[in-house]
Order: sequence, then C-alpha cells, then structure tokens
Amino acid sequence: MREPALSDEILLNIEKPARYLGNEVNMVRKDPASVDIRFAMCFPDVYEIGMSHLGIQILYDMLNKREDTYCERVYSPWPDLHQIMKERQIPLFTLETQSPVRDMDFLGITIQYEMCYTNILQVLDLSRIPLQAKERTWEDPIVIGGGPCSYNPEPLAEFFDLFYIGEGETRYEDLLTLYKACRKADAAREEFLRKAAGIPGIYVPSLYEVSYHADGVIASFCPRFEDVPSRVEKEIVMDLGDTPYPTKPLVPFIKVTQDRVTLEIMRGCIRGCRFCQAGMLYRPTRERSLDQLKAWAHEMLKNTGHEEITLSSLSSSDYNRLKELVTFLIEEFRGKGVNISLPSLRIDAFSLDVMGQVQDVRKSSLTFAPEAGSQRLRDVINKGLTETDILEGAGAAFEGGWQKVKLYFMLGLPTENAEDISEIAHLAERIAERYYEIPKEERNGKCQITISTSFFVPKPFTPFQWAPMNRREEFKEKARQVKEDVKAQKNHKSLKYNWHEEDVTILEGVFARGDRRVAKALLRAYELGCMFDSWSEFFDNEKWLQAFADTGVSMDFYNHRERALDEILPWDFIDCGVSREFLEREWQRAREGTVTLNCRQKCSGCGAMRYQGGVCVEGKN
Amino acid sequence: MLKVRIKFQKYGMMKFIGHLDMMRYFQKAMRRADIDIRYSEGYSPHQIMSFAAPLGVGATSDGEYLDIEVNSTRSSREAIAALNAVMAEGVQVSQYRELPPGTKNAMSLVAAADYTVDFKEPEKNPFTLSTLREALQGFLEGQDAVLVTKQTKKGERQMDIKPLIFALGPLAAPCMEGQEEEAHPGFFLRLNTGSSDNVKPELVLTAFFDWCREQGICDISYAPAAMQVHRLEVYGRDGEGELLPLGDFGEEILS
Repeated sequence: MREPALSDEILLNIEKPARYLGNEVNMVRKDPASVDIRFAMCFPDVYEIGMSHLGIQILYDMLNKREDTYCERVYSPWPDLHQIMKERQIPLFTLETQSPVRDMDFLGITIQYEMCYTNILQVLDLSRIPLQAKERTWEDPIVIGGGPCSYNPEPLAEFFDLFYIGEGETRYEDLLTLYKACRKADAAREEFLRKAAGIPGIYVPSLYEVSYHADGVIASFCPRFEDVPSRVEKEIVMDLGDTPYPTKPLVPFIKVTQDRVTLEIMRGCIRGCRFCQAGMLYRPTRERSLDQLKAWAHEMLKNTGHEEITLSSLSSSDYNRLKELVTFLIEEFRGKGVNISLPSLRIDAFSLDVMGQVQDVRKSSLTFAPEAGSQRLRDVINKGLTETDILEGAGAAFEGGWQKVKLYFMLGLPTENAEDISEIAHLAERIAERYYEIPKEERNGKCQITISTSFFVPKPFTPFQWAPMNRREEFKEKARQVKEDVKAQKNHKSLKYNWHEEDVTILEGVFARGDRRVAKALLRAYELGCMFDSWSEFFDNEKWLQAFADTGVSMDFYNHRERALDEILPWDFIDCGVSREFLEREWQRAREGTVTLNCRQKCSGCGAMRYQGGVCVEGKN
Repeated sequence: MLKVRIKFQKYGMMKFIGHLDMMRYFQKAMRRADIDIRYSEGYSPHQIMSFAAPLGVGATSDGEYLDIEVNSTRSSREAIAALNAVMAEGVQVSQYRELPPGTKNAMSLVAAADYTVDFKEPEKNPFTLSTLREALQGFLEGQDAVLVTKQTKKGERQMDIKPLIFALGPLAAPCMEGQEEEAHPGFFLRLNTGSSDNVKPELVLTAFFDWCREQGICDISYAPAAMQVHRLEVYGRDGEGELLPLGDFGEEILS
C-alpha cells in the first residue's frame, strides 16, 4: 500500500485531505522503476478545479497508454497546506506515487487562464525546481507548458523550458522518443532542448532573442541559431476518430466542479465571434462521430458510476447530429437515474423540448449570451444573435413554463458607445415585458432576468488583438451606468444585475498580451504572496500594484495602446492556423460593423483550409 | 423489492475520506458494479441507501454497514465479487446479505460498537500492559461517574458516560507464541452508539487521559492525530435485547 507524503497529523488538520492522496477509482498504477519516463501533469489550481479539466484527463490517459511512461498528477496545494509545506520544508509531490515532483523527467503544466500564473510559480517553488529555466539542470524535470495561454507564452517564457503549441495528441511521441535518446546518449540538457525545438509545435523560449525599440515596442524577435525555426505552427488533430479518449476517467472522492462524464463532441467553432480566442485557435471545426460518442457514453458511465453526463464543445448547437445524440442520451440513460446535463444550447423548439425533458423548468434557467446590448455592437463583434432571436426564444420558453433567464454581456468592447451600454438594460426589460404579456392566470408569479457583465480583454489571435482595452475607471463607470439603467426600468423588480471586479481584468489584460518583460512583475507578485488570484478571497490587488511599481512595468503600455498593424506582437512567431491577413480583414470589418458569415454559410478564407479537414471539407467528399 | 445489508472495511488512505464522501463513493460504486439498486421517483432520482453509523475522519474500520434496496440481486458471493472488482484501494466489501422483511434499517438499529485504539508511535505510549490494566480499573471502578462535557447544538452539557461504556480494557500488542507482550498496549472499547447518547472512543480516552494526569499516573493528554482509532464491529439489539452484529440480522443469498 502507498504511503502518503504527508503525515496523519498534517492530513487531519488541513481542509479536504483527499486533495492530496490520489487513490481515486481508475487511477493508473505503475511501478515507477519499470518505466523510462516519469511525467508529472499539473493543473495549477486547486484539485477540484484541476480534476474537472478534460484536457488533462486526455493527456493522462494518452501518456499512460505508453508502456515506457508513467504520468502522475499534481495540483496547487491550497493555501492552508502551502503554508505548512513552506514552514516544514516539505517538497511538492505527485498524487499517484506521492513522490517529489523534482524527481520526475517532465513537469507538464496546463495554462488555462492568466490568473493562474502565480500558481505556476508556486508549483515550481514548492517542488524546489529553480523558477528560472536557465538555472535548471538534469536534476530538474523538463518544464513544459501547454493549453490556450501558451499561444502567447511570452510572459512565462523565462519559467518554462518548452511550450507545446496546439493539441496535445500529436507530438508527445516525438518529444518523448527524443528525450529517451538524449538521456541514453548522455546528452546535455541544452542539447535536448535544441533538438526539441525542431519538433513541430514545440517552442523553446531560451533559443530566441527579443530586442525592443526605445518606445518599448518589439524591434526584433529571432531564433538565436540557424537550425531553430523562426515560426512555430500549432499542432492539430485532423482525425478525431483516431485519437485516444479517456473512457476510464478518474472518479474523485470529493465533490469536484465537474463531477460527471464529459463527452467532447467537437473541437473548434464555426461562428467567428471576433472577441473569442478559442473560436480562432481551434479552427477548423471538427466533429466526433455519433457512433463513437454513443459507445463512449455507455463505457464511461459504466467505468465511473457517475450519475450525470454532459457534452463539451464551444457551441454544441452546431454539432450536426445533436438531435440524434441528445435523443439517444435521454432514451438510453434517463430511466437509469442518470442526469443529462445540457450545455447552453441555442434556444429553439428542439432545445426547449429536450430541456423540458431533463430539467425542472421552474427551477432551471435559460441562458443567452448576446455579449453586447445593441445590434450595432453585436455586428461589430460578429455575434450572430439578433434581438428577435432572443425575444422569440425567451417567449417560447416563458410559454413553456420557464421563468428564469440569464443574460451575459461584455463591457468595454471596441467602438462601444453610451447607447450600446444603455441597450443592455433595455433588452432585459423587453424580455421581462415579453413575460408579462402572458396572462396573469397562466404565468407563475414573477420572472427573474439576471444580467451579468464581464469586462472585455483583447486576446492574441483575435481580430481585436490590436485594440486598446478600457481603463479601470471606464470599466467602473460603465458598470455603474448599467446598474442605474437597470434600476430605471419599469420591471426593475424582475431584473438583477451582477458585474465582475475590474482589477482582475486589468491584470488579465497585461498577461494576455504581455511580452517577456512582464515576467518581472509576476515574479515579484509571487514573492509578495500573490497566489490563487482567480479566487476573490485570495486576490490582493494592492500587492499586485506594488509588484508592478517595484519592477517598473507599465500596465498601461500593454493594455491601453492601440497597436499598429505593423507592430511586432509578442506572439507573432506562432502560426495559429488562422492567417494574419484574415485577422486584419476582420479587424477592419469590425470597425465598419460588417458581419462575416459562419463557416457553414460561407468560407471566409481564414487560412484553416490548409488542414484539409473538418468543416472546411464538409459536404465536399 | 429486496433489502440488502452490505458490510465493508475501510483502511489505508481511505481513512481520510469523510462520511458524506463515502456515501457518494458507494452510490457510484453501485453503478459500476451493476447492482440493480432502487431509485426514488422525481426529477433527480437518488438511490435508496442508508448508512449505519458515521465513522470519524482518521479512523479505520472492519465493520461498516450500509443498507440498500434492490429490484433484483445476484448471490451474495457474486455481488461481493462484483463490488470488490470496482472498489478503490482501502475499501473491501465483506458481506452482502438479504434482510428479512420488517428488519429495521441499520441506522435505527445501531446500539453499540467495538473499537481498538492504539498509539501510532509506540514510543509515545506511557503504559505497559499491567500499568494500563491497573489504571483503567481505577478509572472505572474508582469513580461513581465519568463526567464529560459534551458540545451540543444548544451549548455545553455535562453528562455521565460511565453507563455508556460497556467495556474498556487493555489490549496486548500482537506477539508470537500466544504470550502477552508487556510493552505498547492499546485499548479495547465497547461503547453505546446510535442517534442518542452516541459515545466516541475519543471522548472516553480524553476523559481517561485527563484522569491519569489528575491522579499523577502519567502526564498525557489525548491528541487525535497521535492515536489510531479502529472500529471492529457495529451491533444492534435482537428481540431479546442482546447485542448482535448488524450483519447477523441478514441472511446469505445463495443463488
């Protein structure tokens, strides 16, 4: 039996000891002595969040299918344990074998959001791996980053040995084979990294040199050696039927965020919303086969015993055979005590029908994400949802017995004006009015319209990557405006308004579009005690402001300039599959308010056609 | 419809998994093992399942019980094998028995439980077998009442737990050749258990250690993390009022 790395005394005095014990059903067990490569896969947030992430489960399953590799898991110790580990000098350990992370060959870290960057430093620090990649030796694992934020890896460049750009299924074979060969040949660490840079999709930050103009803008970004590629192209799986899928996912003992079976039905999105990074990065849209999904649903429910199943994709309504899939799930599992949890579907007759079957309509709510209040601004962001769609959808839902509607908006979108903002409350009011058109005796009390706004952060590889972000004061003022507008509506008692804090958004902006120079501020923030910044109870804006002041890094430089089209952007060396010309064209069309049709209506020539698959070839073979 | 009582062991790392999480764990295990368990009606049906007596976090056990209702069942042997094939390391099912109609459920039957408690680090154990035997005798026989302060929802309450201690004795450390080892003794306790007047071994030993200190026997106080509590068995009372292991209320399912 495995021995925990932590003593009983510690485990009985921290919150949720199960976060650190492993031993879950379907945990992979191997003899570490029998493998060549030990891989620690890390999600730098608390266990319950990390365990809910599909990507990690896919990689865990894929790497463990290799006989020569043992992939184990690591999550961020919660602050209660963090403090104990620091005080008592306990090194961070993997869950599977409870071994020190530093003993691993690889430490893979998935980088899902900017506000986990301090947690990455925490994981390195507790593992006693030098934070700076250049200080590491073969005594340390190779630290490799992946996930959406690695599409602008520059703020983290000095902390990572490698980044894997794109979908994880394609290049680990090459990377691990190279690693084994290099270790066998007793090659230097630098030699391994240099060779790894030759593998498609692999970016080795230490092999590139950046210089800057006097005004702070990047002057050049070049490989330091001739054999190092100047561009790194994203990796993508073109045949989703051919990739491994974790049909025996781990079953945690404690309740985690996604405590259910997740079926990934599709990658990519046909919609082309101009603010959405995922919609650009994962092009072209590729669907999984219905038969495979049906088989997996059976297998995964059987292997986990979960009582709920859900679908994962960027826009499930666009899955071609959604009706068949959902009908199958309901008919097959509904009677067996399995909940069918449907992601936000576009509201139409079909979705209302199936939602009516799987939810208690009086308790559940409908979700719309108009993102912008006015049609003008929705055209700017290319959100193909009209007010008629919303009012008709909500109307049908109200007739069907629903009373709760959630509306999601962004404040601070490019070109936004006062009228766009006031339309948010007006739209909500019109939805409420639509509800009260139902005769009193047929409706069930009041309706509840919840309006939530977040603040817009321009992201790399979107048409808005050149746009200035709003300032803190503008955000504050806009949220205040919406709040007042909501109060002024006739049906204000049926409307509720929530908004996000602006301070976190400002930081997100810096790290989303930052370059190598913002690392100083990040490091300083960690030294000052910043961690778990995506948790409002731990986020400490004062410390962050101090970190930027101490290091002389200007947030304004990264957030509030409009970048010129000829400026070298920190992430320009990455080829994300969508062409620069397309993004520029879309930026122009956004400013004109011109809508671009979705991939199924008309190809917009984004560049993803070169992969010759998915929606780009749909109906053509 | 059939009522089934399941007995299981909990040890190793599983001792850190709390009662509510164990309930969730078994709900999922039932599905993995294809037990034809009954569900309640409604929008979010739940399995018909109830646990006997919650075990504190940190304690191990050989005698945990839960009752379920099933529509149909395999034999005890097959059901045990199916469940054990899907258990996490540290949980082992040892019984799966049919309850005669009209048997009260495990939770309301619970009357007593047996425990052993040991020092995790033997060198911290101040007793030998004979000094412990003598001290325990003094503790029980030398006092008319064992008064403890119990935290309740309404505040603190003084109560006499002496009548709730059915047995309390020293336990010799295991050794070869059937001889009694003098060093490193542990405790054996049989305590009143259930929804009213539930007594945990920690409560008894805290009182005992406090008494030892007052008597000048040894300078010790109860530290939960330093002691390993292990539950051996949980009992109900049969028609004659005699204690009977909960599993003995059920019958093996042969086919």
